[in-house]
Amino acid sequence: MPLYEHIYLARQDVSPQQVEEMTNTLTEVLTQGGGKVTKNEYWGLKSLSYRIKKNRKAHYSLLNIDAPAPAVAEMERQMRINEDILRFMTVRVDELEEGPSAMLQKRDRDDDRSDRPGGRPGGGFGRGDRDSRPPRKF
Amino acid sequence: MAIKDLTTSQARRPFQRRRKTCPFSGPNAPKIDYKDVRLLQRYVSERGKIVPSRITAVSALKQRELARAIKRARFIGIMPYAVS
Repeated sequence: MPLYEHIYLARQDVSPQQVEEMTNTLTEVLTQGGGKVTKNEYWGLKSLSYRIKKNRKAHYSLLNIDAPAPAVAEMERQMRINEDILRFMTVRVDELEEGPSAMLQKRDRDDDRSDRPGGRPGGGFGRGDRDSRPPRKF
Repeated sequence: MAIKDLTTSQARRPFQRRRKTCPFSGPNAPKIDYKDVRLLQRYVSERGKIVPSRITAVSALKQRELARAIKRARFIGIMPYAVS
């Protein structure tokens, strides 16, 4: 069976318990389709980089899935109907990673690097960005 | 960091820059992952644009992988498309 990483964003108004329920129902859909969920991470309420459907924050959840494609398609169909789900992304991967993902490890690594001042804000590479293009004159 | 390297090498030999190597090749290179915002953040400009590989010295293969990861991170809202 193919392996997938699946991330979905739930509306900020729902409670973490409801997000967990949502994850359980989605897991149920997958198991009925003959698949299984090998890992389930809840990243918490995170602020978005830009507004998605007028929301500034969203609950993030990550699922590692081992399921046949029709089961994943059925889950995605149900997610599109659910209005509490802002967005989702399923990525096929060659192997699922064990242990906590980079998102959850981030806090530990921040501590490690506290001795280094600053770092490079926003890349810090040579040139700045181009300005927006001037209007064309024809 | 990159800037400091350039100035020291230029002091030694003018007009010959030290060859930069791809940060994702070789042993214990970081794995490109769309969930690792801190890693990806280094390869976008202040405006949120992807920095060209000729500046960051990322190899062509890894630059494609990196660009894909940044675009995925943007889609799920953990990185910005544009910073105004």
